Amino acid sequence: MQDINNIVNGKDLFKKPEYQKVLADKKEFEGGYGAVNPAKTAEIAEWTRGWDYREKNLAREAITINPAKACQPLGAVMVALGFENTMPYVHGSHGCVAYFRSYFTRHFKEPTPCVSDSMTEDAAVFGGLVNMKDGLKNCAAVYKPEMIAVSTTCMAEVIGDDLYAFATAAKEEDGGEFLAEDFPITYAHTPSFTGSHITGYDNMMHGIMSQLTEGNKKEEKNGKINIIPGFETYIGSIRSVKAIVEAFGAEYTMLGDHSDQWDMPAGEYSMFAGGTPIADAKDCINAKATISLQKYATIKTMKMAKKWKHAGGTSNPIGLKGTDEFVMKLAELTGKEVPQKLKTERGRLVDAMQDSYPYMHGKKFAIWGDPDFLVGMVSFLVEMGAEPTHVLCNNPVRGWEDEIRAILDTSPASADCHIWAGKDLWHMRSLLFTQPVDFMIGNSYGKELMRDTNIPLIYIGFPIFDRHHLHRYSISGYDGALNLLTWITNKVLDQLDEDTKGIASTDYFFDLIR
Amino acid sequence: MGPESLEARQKAAIEEVLKAYPEKAAKNRAKHLGVGGPEDESQKTCGNVRSNKKTVPGVMSQRGCAYAGSKGVVWGPVKDMVHISHGPVGCGQYSRAGRRNYYIGTTGVDTFVTMNFTSDFQEKDIVFGGDKKLDKCLHEIDELFPLNNGITVQSECPIGLIGDDINATSKMYAKKTGHVIVPVNCEGFRGVSQSLGHHIANDTVRDYVFDGKVDTLGEEIAVTDYDVAIIGDYNIGGDAWSSRILLEEMGLRVVAQWSGDATLKEMVATTKVKLNLLHCYRSMNYISRHMEKEYGIPWVEYNFFGPSQTVKSLRKIAAFFDESIQAKCEEVIAKYQPMVDAVTEKFRPRLEGKQVMLFVGGLRPRHVIGAYEDLGMEVIGTGYEFAHDDDYKRTKDEIFRSTVIYDDVNEYELEAFVKKLQPDLVASGIKEKYVFQKMGLPYRQMHSWDYSGPYHGYDGFAIFAADMDLAINSPVWAHTKAPWDKVGEA
Repeated sequence: MQDINNIVNGKDLFKKPEYQKVLADKKEFEGGYGAVNPAKTAEIAEWTRGWDYREKNLAREAITINPAKACQPLGAVMVALGFENTMPYVHGSHGCVAYFRSYFTRHFKEPTPCVSDSMTEDAAVFGGLVNMKDGLKNCAAVYKPEMIAVSTTCMAEVIGDDLYAFATAAKEEDGGEFLAEDFPITYAHTPSFTGSHITGYDNMMHGIMSQLTEGNKKEEKNGKINIIPGFETYIGSIRSVKAIVEAFGAEYTMLGDHSDQWDMPAGEYSMFAGGTPIADAKDCINAKATISLQKYATIKTMKMAKKWKHAGGTSNPIGLKGTDEFVMKLAELTGKEVPQKLKTERGRLVDAMQDSYPYMHGKKFAIWGDPDFLVGMVSFLVEMGAEPTHVLCNNPVRGWEDEIRAILDTSPASADCHIWAGKDLWHMRSLLFTQPVDFMIGNSYGKELMRDTNIPLIYIGFPIFDRHHLHRYSISGYDGALNLLTWITNKVLDQLDEDTKGIASTDYFFDLIR
Repeated sequence: MGPESLEARQKAAIEEVLKAYPEKAAKNRAKHLGVGGPEDESQKTCGNVRSNKKTVPGVMSQRGCAYAGSKGVVWGPVKDMVHISHGPVGCGQYSRAGRRNYYIGTTGVDTFVTMNFTSDFQEKDIVFGGDKKLDKCLHEIDELFPLNNGITVQSECPIGLIGDDINATSKMYAKKTGHVIVPVNCEGFRGVSQSLGHHIANDTVRDYVFDGKVDTLGEEIAVTDYDVAIIGDYNIGGDAWSSRILLEEMGLRVVAQWSGDATLKEMVATTKVKLNLLHCYRSMNYISRHMEKEYGIPWVEYNFFGPSQTVKSLRKIAAFFDESIQAKCEEVIAKYQPMVDAVTEKFRPRLEGKQVMLFVGGLRPRHVIGAYEDLGMEVIGTGYEFAHDDDYKRTKDEIFRSTVIYDDVNEYELEAFVKKLQPDLVASGIKEKYVFQKMGLPYRQMHSWDYSGPYHGYDGFAIFAADMDLAINSPVWAHTKAPWDKVGEA
């Protein structure tokens, strides 16, 4: 029973003897092996840690277990929320939208506006035109967005709804009451059964950029640089990148800037905050350059930029080398010297790397995440002399594996570093048991791996549901690299203390100064 | 403030909210909003609201889908079975381990609740069909997880649209291997919310667990006169455990938990219990009615939120049994009463008169009202994501004053109601949480107990009271106003 002076929740309540008895007695009725034949559970648990299991596990062809990827419309919703007063609108069932909103909200601890047109069985049979007509009208009337960005669920894709025709029909029927003729309804097809959330990001960004710029191409370029952040889940990273561009005094447009949307101050709530002004987005075709910070999340979009004859290309500003390349790209595009501010920042980062290197050097890491995240992170690990033993990407894009291999080849440990393209986190479990590492770097899904293998997890990635505020920091630019260095080094030091705190046994190495 | 003026404010709020909609949507939404009271005249619902209808397109509904109702709610917590999210990768990923269905077991070996198994459909599966892939998935799961006691196939939207026959594939595999395979046609587009998913999932329990005559591990459970099953408790934060302990203390034998911390064997054993105890009526009334009809097992609804309702429920349950149980029931009530009194004494002065607005799903929009009232708090607005008329009818019995009733409320409406009615606490889900916290309003997630709990039973009530106190009386809400802000400005 609860002690009134020390009311405890489930963490300690169920440790009380009366509850331990409840849980033990319940086993009498259970039909699981843990209750009926615990020895068998132990035997199989042991088997799952071995090479035989690993081989069977890696031979899987059909079932995905504990994936490290999500589906297209999630990325499309992120894009939409990066434009000013823009409502993400998902054509399909509202269940999907409930999921996208929960998923982002659990990561950012911020509201995530998004609507759907609530298609049901009849729409699946007759098409979703009626839903779209009503949905666009209601959305415009109630939330008064400046733009609606429509993406699709797999249901709408399977039945083959035509978004352009539907949006046009919706405007016609509305007759300008809520949806003016020039009201921007941008759209992208985002089938969940192709690619992953980064593909959806690419499709929606391509859709918005191509549709908003229709008829807006001018003879003269406007001298600006477009920056596309990609599926960026670190709010601070967007700010770091802006600070770098601003240090050059360059005129730029951040296309899809959700940094204010998912970082609203307390005090009052407004549905939308910040974002790329629609007018700037309409003009992005006239920029002199477009730089994408995530190559694999913007393949289609960057093809378009190339067709627009924009200079720039892709640049991944995670880690020292990545940031250097981004900075030099800006120097080239602006024709300016690298500003002193950035030189100083770089110097401080390198200083910090030289202070901490003994703790990361030679440490073995397992890491997973999106392809661009991994390019930056693996590069940083190698810069520090760490060994990325297992690099796993569940949603690889063509070319990614070669790029990672080239980075690994700059490490003396290259031969012991493995790339796992298209594999999931249940594969990772086998890899960790059979070829262990010192640390893991990844998202909250690594938590169960941490429990099962005892390998410490450093929370860097997306989604992070069970650690707070990390997404507010930067992992890009020199300041972002310093954050990475701080998080990783201090986790290594925490673990060192953990491993040496045995009283009168190992605590000679429990040093005060490290 | 008298009840009349509260009611007037509530009615005015509804009228104002409806003004923002285009005509067709306003007409629709008007039917889902009302002011209910203990004496209100609507016969079939509460506040005369309509429910379980299609959501208005284009508004930010909080509803989920049939897949969420089946995989996320009913089947997902059954711990010794593997549940495949059959279709594209997203649904399983977004719903992974989000509901806090607590369990004891070795995850990945004999227990699988927090894992995500998906057939991860690709374009070729859509074009050529995914039945062969499903068959292969079943094989691979049985090879890698030999201690699973069964597999359910939870259909995502495309399955029903591309003409796959998961029923035939599952049946063939089950026949070949003798394993329990449960195909569930819970595609997200079916029905108007998660509700139909509950119903579909209930039906598959009937067809594949009861009628399937499945073999389970270990010895058969000998029947006693005091066997009961907890139905519709998903063990969120351990709710079913803090309920179970009370039932056992009063001499009953809880043979099964549905479906939090459940095993297949417990579900099978349920057809022999003496009484089914139904907590979440909405999601599991179907199977309870079936067991009544087919096996003659009576069922009784109960409510373990807050001591007033808990006491009533314990007595209601005991009344189905002999005097020995009834006597022990009184002993249990007496045993916990001092603790309950101490909790109330401690927290009531800190919470007295605070007003609450609720928006949740299942049973909570009505079941938790009593718990708030036990702490001296007043619920002035409540509504359900996916209720039917019978839920609203039951709600009327649990409200104490004029209450705004909002069915399938969307983000715009809830925000407007809160601004207009100014509650001291909003209690709803994760999607709404930060909207209200930004406004400086105390908030508790009432789907997940905000990562605390359990809230069921006497021990749960103490946690509930402490958590509400934590939310309402935390110093953080006072920081919103900066020292340089002028008086009267936010």
